[in-house]
Amino acid sequence: MGKIRGIKPPHNKNTESGKLHVLPIPEEVHMPMKMHSGKPAIPIVKVGDEVRVGELIGEMGGTVSAPIHSSVSGFVKHIEDRDPVTGQEAITITIKADGKQTWDEKIAPHSVNSLEEFYNHVRDSGAVGLGGAGYPAAPKLAIKNLDSLDYILINAAECEPYVTADDYTMLVDTRHVYHGVKLLQKFMHPREKIVICIEDNKPEAIKIMRDTFIAEEKVEVAAMPTFYPQGERKVLVYNVTGRIVPEGARLADVGVIVSNITTIAVVARYIETGLPLVKKLVTVDGPLVKNPKNVLAPIGTPLRTLFEYCGGFKGDIEPSKIIVGGPMMGYAQPNIDVPVVKTTNAALAFPREDIKNLKQTACIKCSRCITICPMSLMPPNIEAAFTHKNLERLTDLRINMCVECGSCAYVCPAKRPLVQTMQLSKKLLRMRS
Amino acid sequence: MSKLTVSVSPHIHDKTTTTLIMLDVIIALIPAFIASILIFGVRAAVVTMVCISACVFFEWVFEKITKRPNTISDLTAIITGILLAFNLPVTIPLWQAVLGSAVAIILVKQLFGGLGKNFANPAITARIVLFLAFSVTMTNWDSPYDSTNLWVYPIDGVAGATPLALMWRGETEYLPSMLQMFLGIRGGSLGETSNLALLMGGVYLIARKVITWHIPVIYIGVVVVLTALLGENAIYHMFAGGLFLGAIFMATDYVTSPQTKKGKLIFAVGAGLFTVLFRIYSSYPEGVSFAILIMNILTPYINKYTQSVPLGRKK
Repeated sequence: MGKIRGIKPPHNKNTESGKLHVLPIPEEVHMPMKMHSGKPAIPIVKVGDEVRVGELIGEMGGTVSAPIHSSVSGFVKHIEDRDPVTGQEAITITIKADGKQTWDEKIAPHSVNSLEEFYNHVRDSGAVGLGGAGYPAAPKLAIKNLDSLDYILINAAECEPYVTADDYTMLVDTRHVYHGVKLLQKFMHPREKIVICIEDNKPEAIKIMRDTFIAEEKVEVAAMPTFYPQGERKVLVYNVTGRIVPEGARLADVGVIVSNITTIAVVARYIETGLPLVKKLVTVDGPLVKNPKNVLAPIGTPLRTLFEYCGGFKGDIEPSKIIVGGPMMGYAQPNIDVPVVKTTNAALAFPREDIKNLKQTACIKCSRCITICPMSLMPPNIEAAFTHKNLERLTDLRINMCVECGSCAYVCPAKRPLVQTMQLSKKLLRMRS
Repeated sequence: MSKLTVSVSPHIHDKTTTTLIMLDVIIALIPAFIASILIFGVRAAVVTMVCISACVFFEWVFEKITKRPNTISDLTAIITGILLAFNLPVTIPLWQAVLGSAVAIILVKQLFGGLGKNFANPAITARIVLFLAFSVTMTNWDSPYDSTNLWVYPIDGVAGATPLALMWRGETEYLPSMLQMFLGIRGGSLGETSNLALLMGGVYLIARKVITWHIPVIYIGVVVVLTALLGENAIYHMFAGGLFLGAIFMATDYVTSPQTKKGKLIFAVGAGLFTVLFRIYSSYPEGVSFAILIMNILTPYINKYTQSVPLGRKK
């Protein structure tokens, strides 16, 4: 069987060359207690408390959860519900920064001598899946059947247009990537190898990674063909290992773990310095941004500050759409003051002409969507079943296997809102069962 | 502060639209249109324009009466008009061409719900209806006009029975040469004869990714192989009748052909098989339109049994 291939939207990686910019400390940061999938964190500070950089302000709300640390030093100004970033309501701690960036005195390098210690550090680092899904890193790595783990795939495909944050992690944070990979090797020792998967539109990153891991026998740097969604985890697993993840199974069931490359670097940095995940590399781009840049920003920075730092908007036009994440799977934001969260790898601004309502027309059965669906689903059939509220048929068509990558909606000449149909179909099934 | 649009992903889309795809199909039909005028005279253009105008008119009227949104701008009615004209003899009475357009647009397309809902190819079905209703004018390959003027049949050898009819009757001594067959200088429906022009259109459509090579190549290939096995002149069969027109432009119609690659393969093989069976064993010399119509009818069943298998699906 051949490899999975997808669509080829224009890369628009305008930030791929140029240096990394460090954002000055903003006046205020907003730290939502839900920057990950699973249970929200629980605030352990109260209004008026003094906090320092890296200090724990939200503790894990369950086993699948992640701790949250302050990204600035200052004092707690508010604790309130604020606009959600990924469509999920969350309590947000607002911290007024004092500009001193005093580190929490507890921050110190960690030693790691056992698998258990390693897992504890992963948990305490606050690391979550930084590719966008935000699944807490600790429960993901702590698999039951570690003995049958064959591969760890380090996902640096970065197949979304515009986004170059992971690319930059490889270029500027090479050392932590290296240590992260070595830690995984030492404590999880996959039977086959660790593969760093990079799309071949990032030749510089591929070269640096190859040079870095040249002496490592069980680490491979794979230059993958560039297409969307190469970085979708099941697609990546299939294209790298040839293994198919069965419906409803976890990746670990076929002996594979996939982790985002920046996540690995965060864990390594935590162990080396004791600093948890408090700042994030964000690609600030989009047709409306004057000077697109990669910016290292404290988590909690309002997007407005990022855009202002990048020269504001061309012609001082107010954007008509703000997206957190890539344009294929990112979330359109209701306002420009939503904060950078752990999973924010890009903030994109689009003008009105790029978002004008696409005219929907009748499906002409061209089958483009069927041809490109990475999961080999049949979107027009799902759409028909959804229209008729045919739950049996929706189940039969495996609507639950849809990864919502949006490739079908991207190629549709009739501009059918297929991702919306997929989401509503899943919801319909959930409601009725 | 301005209002921000919040909508579901993806936030970017491919530039292709239904209209642009249909425009490509029209562009691909232009070489054959020019060839039809060179081969059969100016009346070929008149028949084509009448069919286009009638198809667009009937689409507009039907949608007006039934209060459906106007879909003229998707250009599909124009394509139906061109394809229907290409399936008619240049001598067809114009009122019959108009009637055929009504059958294609109203009966076959709109009464089933319009674009994307019809199960049979409108132009093919209209041709068959005309063929059965007006079998004399639909097989009149001789000129009612003076063959020295440019109105019809400006060049020698294109008025007269089609090569398939000649073969069918066993009058092989009158058959045109292979080069004439390839260029389309022979009797036949006005848009079907120039294989060169149709091939140019096909290559364009494949290059523009409007269609894939599978259906045309397999369909034509099956006809060649089967006619060879049956002791016929296979290459001659390939260039004769409406095979290129049907295989490139009608059998690849999105709406009436299967969804998956596997389904398309079955469709193409079936169309080839039925074409040969009709050409050799039926009481008509031609078989492409019947073959495609039969495969159109079978398409929902082909779709049912050739669905793609979700990656990692458990039975």
